[in-house]
Amino acid sequence: MTTPKALVLRAPGTNCDHETKYAFELAGGQADRMHINRVLENPSVVQQYQIMCIPGGFSYGDDVAAGRIFANQMRSHLAEVLHDFKCSDKLILGICNGFQVLIKSGLLLADDSNGDPPATLCWNNHGLYEDRWVHLQNASDKCVFLRGVERMYLPIAHAEGKFVMSDDAVADQLQANQQLALKYVSASGEPANGFPENPNGAERNVAGVCDDSGRVFGLMPHPERFLEGTQHPRWTREGLQAEGDGLALFRNAVDYFA
Amino acid sequence: MSLWEIDIYPADGQVDRAGKELTTDAIDLGLDASIQVAAVHGYLLEGDIEEADANRLADKLLADSIVEKTVVAQVGAPSLEQSPVEGALLVYVINKPGVMDPVAMSAQKGIEDLGVAVDQVRTFRKYWVSGVDQDSVNRLAEKVLANDAIEQVVHGRLQLNALALGNPYKFELKTVEIRSLSDDELEILSKEGQLYLTLVEMQTIQKRFQQLEREPTDIELESIAQTWSEHCSHKTLAGRIAYKDGETERHFENMLKETVFAATVKIREELGEDDWCVSVFKDNAGIVTFDDDFNVAFKVETHNHPSALEPYGGANTGIGGVIRDTLGTGMGAKPICNTDVFCFANPEIAHDELPPGVLHPRRVMKGVVSGVRDYGNRMGIPTVNGAIYFDDRYLGNPLVYAGNVGLIPKEKSFKEAHAGEWAVVIGGHTGRDGIHGATFSSAELTSDSEMLSGGAVQIGNAITEKMVMDVLLEARDRDLYTCVTDCGAGGLSSAIGEMGEEIGVEVYLDKAPLKYDGLSYTEIWISEAQERMVFSVPDENWQEFKALCESEGVAATIVGKFVDHGRLVLKYHDQVVGDLTMEFLHDGRPPIIRDAHYEIPAVVQINLEGKAASLETDLEAILSSLNVASKEWVVRQYDHEVQAGSAVKPMVGVENDGPGDAAVVKPVLGSSKGITVSCGMNPRYGDYDTYHMAASAIDEAIRNSVAVGADPTRIAVLDNFCWGYTDRPETLGSLVRAALACYDLAVDLKTPFISGKDSLNNEFSYQNEAGEKVTISIPPTLLISAIGQVDDVSTCTTMDAKEAGNVLYQVGVTKRELGGSHWTLIRDLDGGAVPTVCTENCNAVFPAVHQAIKSGCVRSCHDLSEGGLAVAAAEMAFAGGLGITIDLAEVPTDQGYSGDTENVVKLFAESNTRFLIEVAPENCAAFEQAMAGATAARIGTVTDGDQLIINNGNTNLLTTAIGQLKEAWQSPLRW
Repeated sequence: MTTPKALVLRAPGTNCDHETKYAFELAGGQADRMHINRVLENPSVVQQYQIMCIPGGFSYGDDVAAGRIFANQMRSHLAEVLHDFKCSDKLILGICNGFQVLIKSGLLLADDSNGDPPATLCWNNHGLYEDRWVHLQNASDKCVFLRGVERMYLPIAHAEGKFVMSDDAVADQLQANQQLALKYVSASGEPANGFPENPNGAERNVAGVCDDSGRVFGLMPHPERFLEGTQHPRWTREGLQAEGDGLALFRNAVDYFA
Repeated sequence: MSLWEIDIYPADGQVDRAGKELTTDAIDLGLDASIQVAAVHGYLLEGDIEEADANRLADKLLADSIVEKTVVAQVGAPSLEQSPVEGALLVYVINKPGVMDPVAMSAQKGIEDLGVAVDQVRTFRKYWVSGVDQDSVNRLAEKVLANDAIEQVVHGRLQLNALALGNPYKFELKTVEIRSLSDDELEILSKEGQLYLTLVEMQTIQKRFQQLEREPTDIELESIAQTWSEHCSHKTLAGRIAYKDGETERHFENMLKETVFAATVKIREELGEDDWCVSVFKDNAGIVTFDDDFNVAFKVETHNHPSALEPYGGANTGIGGVIRDTLGTGMGAKPICNTDVFCFANPEIAHDELPPGVLHPRRVMKGVVSGVRDYGNRMGIPTVNGAIYFDDRYLGNPLVYAGNVGLIPKEKSFKEAHAGEWAVVIGGHTGRDGIHGATFSSAELTSDSEMLSGGAVQIGNAITEKMVMDVLLEARDRDLYTCVTDCGAGGLSSAIGEMGEEIGVEVYLDKAPLKYDGLSYTEIWISEAQERMVFSVPDENWQEFKALCESEGVAATIVGKFVDHGRLVLKYHDQVVGDLTMEFLHDGRPPIIRDAHYEIPAVVQINLEGKAASLETDLEAILSSLNVASKEWVVRQYDHEVQAGSAVKPMVGVENDGPGDAAVVKPVLGSSKGITVSCGMNPRYGDYDTYHMAASAIDEAIRNSVAVGADPTRIAVLDNFCWGYTDRPETLGSLVRAALACYDLAVDLKTPFISGKDSLNNEFSYQNEAGEKVTISIPPTLLISAIGQVDDVSTCTTMDAKEAGNVLYQVGVTKRELGGSHWTLIRDLDGGAVPTVCTENCNAVFPAVHQAIKSGCVRSCHDLSEGGLAVAAAEMAFAGGLGITIDLAEVPTDQGYSGDTENVVKLFAESNTRFLIEVAPENCAAFEQAMAGATAARIGTVTDGDQLIINNGNTNLLTTAIGQLKEAWQSPLRW
């Protein structure tokens, strides 16, 4: 079996591409950083890859709304090639800004009858950008990226990370279908009880969502920022973990093709 | 052609967060409490756009259907004036023409992606204000909703026909009559032309053109003014100064060169083979060695004047500028972290106490923090260190220091342009922004500055700079250019002028890509439009360079050529509009001799007896004082973990909310080597003696880095002098005295200065109600920034108490040094001896502490600074969620103290070079051995209680719950 290849797709303003590429490599994969303009010039280039990842950052400055311009590019110019990618048993991961792009592009959750996404990521309840560590619980048996993961402790760093669904019916259906895959919890694993356990006011404490197949996954926390012990905020008091909680997610992606 | 307005409201059931915040601000301003503000944002679209397309753009691109709703109509339509609430008054706030509007630029791209042709896009904000009259709305608009420096307010219906900017430019060569002017007329020309040159400088220019037998063109005069500006040439501090202070007299030919810089030269000589400085005081940032593959570059800049007028834009472009400094160092360093230090007046000051022309400090602080946040976060550079100081003398002149560290491959640390290569500008287009920023930053602010110098204020576009950074680093690694520098103050004039200084250059001003028509050749030359870098590109690489830039959507344009003629030749469509020799431009400035006096104040001790009755209240008051209080509200708004190198975060401890001494960053993925970033600054000490203020700042910056594990033999520092009006001999004297301390400390500690920057004339003048001129000068403010190195970040430590039963040591000696201390601040006392530094002691303490940390026998380490031992112990306890018990009887002092004096001195004195260190019992012997050459004493223990207990022998002085102390520390700036 050849080493799976991950495409780390960047746009103007993407800024977590180097460490995300590093994460895939540490997990045993190969990874390339590629500018969106290269894909727009030659969409079929994505076919060389098994995994596509849209990393964190501020694509196009998060102007208009976080991830909107990038998502709009995907809708307008890449819908077909991305649909094919998704349907060929490959993996798509969106981290932070990448999650915002995925949800707004319709790639993660199919559009409703008006042609609009059934959910969005909007401004944090307190109206500010926030960098802090959060406790997370795997709430899905189907998400490929979370296989074998029970709990994780990871940092968030975003202004627009509040997950909101268009109505309760959508929420119930996604919940029932195990697509509300990653949830904010307390340190002891209870459902998050408001800020700061749920750092942005996300509905149903949702931190990450997968598609119906479990192969497309977006999350607000940054797994690529906790790959090794010294990245933990309290390693000087709790000791060094052998590896960071985030690495499992990249290893699951690589191992999917093993 | 149609002009559409798209208003975006929160959807039903969604909170109008901006409106709520503005309502609070309005009541804060003193407006009637029944006021309600509803906030709307929106877009103006100009072009041949059908109604259906306008609606589609609104619904699918510009608004989010789940959380927002829209109103779409042609500008001026009645539907846009339908208030969502009864009887509300309408206010629009729109950028003044030409002000950077990044969201509009991105929206335009998104609209084109949807296949709709649009000519112009502009964003705006719109407010519905109810519950008050028009006068109140006017006041709200002026003070809260808009900033006159960059925005215009429209009350009621928007009347606008078109968005397009600019008119065709008709070339006309302008000359300025100078040869026949009298001295008075020369001074008027300098001031009215915003050249801000002195009479002697104007006379020198006059004489030059008399010799040349012609008048200068406007662009020549501007080029000289930019190059000779304080901002670009540092003529005051790098000039001749006659200094005396009662003890010594010195005559400097070049003050900075003979103090700060001379120290580095001496250290490098002494180190010989072990010299680890690479490039100091000559490039845009200082460079020192790091590991086998990389060096690190570090620069801290100030952006004070623009931030006073437009805090968001000023801070935004300040951080953008310093990032370009490291990008433009050597062949380009990759930015790896930011540090930001601000000085503000008390944010709680009443609105009616503000002088005219001054923004409220709370608004300044919020604006500055947002500006730094939005730029740093978008650039993907972690902001890992900082500080905020409050003093009411910063009311008219807030200070904004922005710093950046870059990582540069060893072999890319130097650069040189050559004759025959192209001068290429990449990045943002050139507009009328920032005209006269360089000369303006050298002038004193007045209440009229806002009107006079509005053009000097700008907004940045971080994504343009991010795109520039991406291609710059790629082009660097492909060796496509030979030299690079940033466009900062003075714009192309400074950047190309400096790059061609040793060669000569001709510039094709008509080639520069413009934001809009109508710029004159001179405006193109001196515009400080942001996000531009200038390169020297050999002809054989030009096509590849250009293709690389274009592949990522970055504009790259040839704007000149380096020519071996030693001249600056400026052309506009083949017409020569300026022709100066590089020699006159760079060396023609007449030397200025300034007097500098300093009177060393006598020490007047405070009688401390009877002043120890309220130790607990005093401690809480210091924890709540703004300089000490938690800055978590600010820190969490910065991404401090992007690039994944964070090893010690700004906030540490059991709840991730204790005040770390220094941040540690691991800049190379997969390597364990780290850098530390820390700072030291104490303007209050300067009121007593600027020598000791500077010495203390250096000690503090170093000890903060040492406290987390940095090797004291590998710490380099930067200076940033922000001072008042240095034409006054006593003001300049206080600065020279600080510079003398920099020399002494650096040499004794072998800690090199590698770069620096000054900002002078930070004074604000206005007329009070009686018609008298009042001037507020900032206190002498020296920021020392330190960059340290750690071989293996897993040996670092943090300041939070770790485990009950561990022993606490005070390392270093406490003296009766309360002058300028935070205890005297909260007790409102004057006098006392200002803290001094004994460098011999430093050379014993710093290496000992480093060895102890590196060997693993230190569980926590916190430096003693503002508030002394009491504050350090409190912070260590509540950060660790553990109790601490201390016996003051054991605290090492320089001499015997007793009674109240003993307790106050031991608790609150701010003597330098001290640490509070936690050691596990089994490691005490090893720790004490490491401390053999330094003073260290067991003074307490960590407990599993929840109290800070301070005794002196058998007498209990203070017993306070750590939760109460933490609340005192967290609550003041929990915004």
